[in-house]
Amino acid sequence: MNRTARRNITNNVMLTLTGLCTIVTSSVLFLILGFLVFNGWRSLNLDFFTKLPLSAGEVGGGMANAIVGSFELILVAAVIGIPVGFLGGIYLAEFGGKTFSMLVRYTADLLNGVPSIVIGIFAWTVVVVKMHHFSAWAGGFALSMMMVPIGLRATEQFLRAVPDSLREGSLALGASKTRTILQVVVPAARQGILTGMILGVARIAGETAPLLFTSFNNQYWAKNLDEPTASLPVMIYTHAISPFDDWHRQAWAAGLVLLVLVLLANVACRWVLSRGMAAQRG
Amino acid sequence: MGTAVATAPPPSQARKLTKFWRDGDQIAHLVTFIFAASVFVVTVWLVYELWIHSAPSRAKFGFGFLTGTTWDPVAVQFGALPFIYGTVLTSLLALLISVPLGVGAAIFLAELAPPALSNACTFLVELLAAVPSVILGLLAIFTLVPIMRQYIEPFLKDTLGSLPLFQGPAYGVGYLTSGIILATMTFPFIISISREALLAVPREQREAALALGATKWESTWQVVVPFAKLGIIGSIFLALARALGETMAVTMVIGNDTGIHTSLLSPGYTIAAIIANEFTEATGDVYLSSLVELGLVLFAVTMVLNGAAQLLIVATTRKGSKRD
Repeated sequence: MNRTARRNITNNVMLTLTGLCTIVTSSVLFLILGFLVFNGWRSLNLDFFTKLPLSAGEVGGGMANAIVGSFELILVAAVIGIPVGFLGGIYLAEFGGKTFSMLVRYTADLLNGVPSIVIGIFAWTVVVVKMHHFSAWAGGFALSMMMVPIGLRATEQFLRAVPDSLREGSLALGASKTRTILQVVVPAARQGILTGMILGVARIAGETAPLLFTSFNNQYWAKNLDEPTASLPVMIYTHAISPFDDWHRQAWAAGLVLLVLVLLANVACRWVLSRGMAAQRG
Repeated sequence: MGTAVATAPPPSQARKLTKFWRDGDQIAHLVTFIFAASVFVVTVWLVYELWIHSAPSRAKFGFGFLTGTTWDPVAVQFGALPFIYGTVLTSLLALLISVPLGVGAAIFLAELAPPALSNACTFLVELLAAVPSVILGLLAIFTLVPIMRQYIEPFLKDTLGSLPLFQGPAYGVGYLTSGIILATMTFPFIISISREALLAVPREQREAALALGATKWESTWQVVVPFAKLGIIGSIFLALARALGETMAVTMVIGNDTGIHTSLLSPGYTIAAIIANEFTEATGDVYLSSLVELGLVLFAVTMVLNGAAQLLIVATTRKGSKRD
């Protein structure tokens, strides 16, 4: 076999292999979705959304408290995380000096990379230890810390994409800088910032590790945010590792609900973002 | 001399104050500054709390904590080595699978696929990164673990059983299963970032190689990939940092065994998994602070890796844009 033929064969073999890699990696999502729909669909019923979990071994019941609990936790996280991310992002894009902004950006990236279980330990030390009990506050606080870096960088990025001529126009009309930001720059970047925030929410919606020892879990309704609170991800975890068939069934149902919500949020955000970018270019 | 310049009378204190409040620029600056600074403060606070709460363990075991091999809550003896070993081993197994797969797919998506297909596949892969890890754990328990136990692990033992790496009973759970799950969580990062790095390579590089008679693969492997090397390595670092810190999916399939085993089929433990499993049950200062210290170790390692990854990725994007 001559040299050219060998090179051509290598070429074809390697290029085919990279194609195979792509097929394998792109199909994993469908595999996951397929398994969850197959197993979860049979387990979903009205009880799942309206009833409380039954004690171990009993057949039936639902996860109504975990669904509500998850929304409560996300709400607490959003109430803390969105203002910090949004206002911090405005500082970075509109006010910040060079050195300090670099520092904040760098720490935001670091915070983004902190393992979620370590965030859980932190929330435990500063909230649970001080309050002496698990609560939705602690869980929401932990989740908010995972949300802030995403919101911050999204806000900064989309504010920076607003052309300077808009700012100059507003300032030339005599508006103060604050007014310019609030009434001209932020509205122009509204869509991007909003989708960034939703992506942040979608990220924390499925987080489990930071909740294990902050909001903990609860078989019943939590009366207020000051009590241990059930959440879908923690329920999936506890039910999946339990030895009971009916709990496994419920874990699949919960997994399907959670995955569909998270994926829908992601698809919607990416669709809006890509449309926005196309509009900007066009 | 007539150089007197007409100056407005200095505004009164009251007027200055009104202007200050009306414009609100200073206030807005201050408020947004406080929020931006809070990100920095909280991160420093996090390190401080981890340091303070791990004090009893650090005082009792010192650096021996990192090399100790017993984990015995009853005798209050804690050593981190089995967990460090498990964390490193599962992450390396994950990279062993996800690096060839991820870089291969990134090459296909950046060099060969038509843009529409490339974007669609990247979209699917990035969606995969959004799948909550507890859901991957759920799938792993009920689908991957039985497959590993019944087919793959017996097969590995039959073919490679003479190696110390593939011995012992096939439990289904353990280092190898965790590595596979971690691989599916890490390759989205490798693909998405490596693809960007490859796309940033200037067109002339490819054209020059092809004009010299290189095949498509030779131009890709010997010219384009080396050019994007730093970015690809950066993506691998990011993937490694993610794998080291990953908690839920691994906790569900690692098998919870506090020993150190050479066999990849054996159950083990990782840092994140032991924290997740034992934190709420830990009694006593030393036990609890040992778990916090494990968290501190995990934090330190992932921070170093993340920092290095950021630098590498920034370096490649700069290089690409400079030569454009």
